[in-house]
Amino acid sequence: METLNFEYEAKGSLTRRAHVGVVGSGDLEVLIEPSGKPTAEVRVRTSVDGYTQVWKDVLDRFFARFGRAARVEINDFGATPGTVTLRLEQAAEEARS
Amino acid sequence: MSATTSLSSRGRIWFQALADKAQPVNTGLESVVVADASWGGERVRLLAIVPDPQNRFPRARHGELGLEEGWTLAHHVREAISADRSGTKRPIIAIVDVQSQAYGRIESLLGIHLSLAAAADAYATARMAGHPVVALIVGTALSGGLLAHGDQAHRLLALDDPQVVIQAMRKQSAARVTRRTVEELDELGKTIIPMAYDIRQFAKLGLLHELITGVDADAPPAVQIARVKERLAAAIADIRKNPGDLTSRLNNPDAKVHRAASIEVRRRLAEQWEV
Amino acid sequence: MMHTTHDDNPITKERRDRFLKRQSIIEMRARQRAQAILDPGSFRELLGPFDRMESPWLPLEGIVPESDDGVIVARGQLGGRPAVIMAIEGAFQGGGMGEVSASKIAGALGLARRDCEIGKPILPVLLLETGGVRLQEANLGEAVVAEIHAEIIALRRKVPVIGVINGMVGCFGGMSITAGLCSYLVVLPQARLELNGPEVIEQEAGIDEFDASDKHLIWSLMGGEQRYETGFADALIEDDVSALRQTLQSLAARGVPTRHRSENVDEYRRRLARIDPAAPPDGPGLRHIWPKGETQ
Repeated sequence: METLNFEYEAKGSLTRRAHVGVVGSGDLEVLIEPSGKPTAEVRVRTSVDGYTQVWKDVLDRFFARFGRAARVEINDFGATPGTVTLRLEQAAEEARS
Repeated sequence: MSATTSLSSRGRIWFQALADKAQPVNTGLESVVVADASWGGERVRLLAIVPDPQNRFPRARHGELGLEEGWTLAHHVREAISADRSGTKRPIIAIVDVQSQAYGRIESLLGIHLSLAAAADAYATARMAGHPVVALIVGTALSGGLLAHGDQAHRLLALDDPQVVIQAMRKQSAARVTRRTVEELDELGKTIIPMAYDIRQFAKLGLLHELITGVDADAPPAVQIARVKERLAAAIADIRKNPGDLTSRLNNPDAKVHRAASIEVRRRLAEQWEV
Repeated sequence: MMHTTHDDNPITKERRDRFLKRQSIIEMRARQRAQAILDPGSFRELLGPFDRMESPWLPLEGIVPESDDGVIVARGQLGGRPAVIMAIEGAFQGGGMGEVSASKIAGALGLARRDCEIGKPILPVLLLETGGVRLQEANLGEAVVAEIHAEIIALRRKVPVIGVINGMVGCFGGMSITAGLCSYLVVLPQARLELNGPEVIEQEAGIDEFDASDKHLIWSLMGGEQRYETGFADALIEDDVSALRQTLQSLAARGVPTRHRSENVDEYRRRLARIDPAAPPDGPGLRHIWPKGETQ
């Protein structure tokens, strides 16, 4: 298991929290909460080591669109970048609704 | 006698030692032995599973807890509950040395899951009816077998011996299923206590009432048998003062350290139960 | 070219519409199942993801934990009456019971019992999608499963405890004993209920006796329909949430059974005594000698 941490500038805040997904084979869960800080902090725990750059790319793209101050936790069990993006977007939609 | 044979007869050795001169109850099965021993003038019902090479169910010949064994245990525990309904509730002692549950096609078809449920049910019912129920682990106590025969006791006691093993699955099978080697499992067991196969590690979890040391588990002399009897009697007396359910497995110093999460979950659920 | 079809037949159309409106339980996650079972708007989760009550053991073994440790405890109403659903997420670690996940169930059952004792009856429903004890937590998982058993045996005197085997993972190991202790058991045809996993049976008994890849054999021994037809389950339903809601309510209305199947000792001893292990019945054969509806 690898734990990765990322931080992003935030341009807005969040009012709701959201949770999607399960830590099943090829899947992940995402927890998003308002952070009360000016940045967004992400902690990724993943069962597959050695993909830091891939995580960074996916999260960079996501936060470029999302941009809110949030605490994001990801518990991943070998999801593809496509699935990760999907779950992040599902969580973001729930958090903004 | 090979080591395996003598191990699998620990249940019989301790049953005979503790039953002493008591006449065994006719259970109809060679694999289930029951007797009402007389300890200090009090009747105590002892139950054990032992190997029966002639068992009509081939998958239950080596001390496994099979279909008939589960229902028969249930019967003899309930018999004691019925008989003592309006009198003193005799203590019930499960002597635990169960190789495993029985595995097979017939076992599957005929509902071995319910047979084990029936045994667990009977012990729990006895406990709730006021009988002091104690489990004495003298050999192997694997998952299904222990859940059915021993785990519903008020108190669990075990002999401090390298062949006393309490675990969820046999080491080789567990290694296969978790995709590790046996050596890796042993290593994990050193720091992750619930995974250890060593009874002394198990004792740290706060689930055992007592680990009885200094006893020869295979050939105990009279003085050691007397001591085990005395420790069981002490457990019975403790239960009578403080019956309760299985919460003694949570309210002790070891549990507070090694089962902190079990305690915290219950506390937080209670906090959140009402809006 | 237009043509009339059988779809315009009113009876067929109604059936088709109902079929299309079916909401598959199997396709839902545990949390969604709990939400779908409870009356709309009544779902309230306890120790949910944001409480982060995770397994203290899995990260030590390099395994990614789940925020709810794979069990959802939710209070709400079922048909207007208080209920608590304990739903196991089979996708996380095969629904294996660890210290936290099993404690959520045991703890919720204990609180339900406390409520029943003070005159606030609450219906407990267990969604059992589990391989049994989580091996990575071995003895603690097992110990807390024993506590679940103790809680059910006590609670079911006050209120029926209803188990549902509702998914592809099935209900195995120590949790099959849990199913055996329930007041009522609901199964889907896709369900499997058995103490031992098929692979383990094959390993122990040999492939001639038990071929774990033979799906037909497996379901003929331990599948939902087989268990229902031989008296090990009380209701066999199609994979549809509204069928489940209805069945749960009608079983709850029966109240506590006079005798639970795990208490039916004399009957089962008699039945087993009449079986010759050297010439045992097969799955279909057992349905004739151990018919449903006579086990409680």
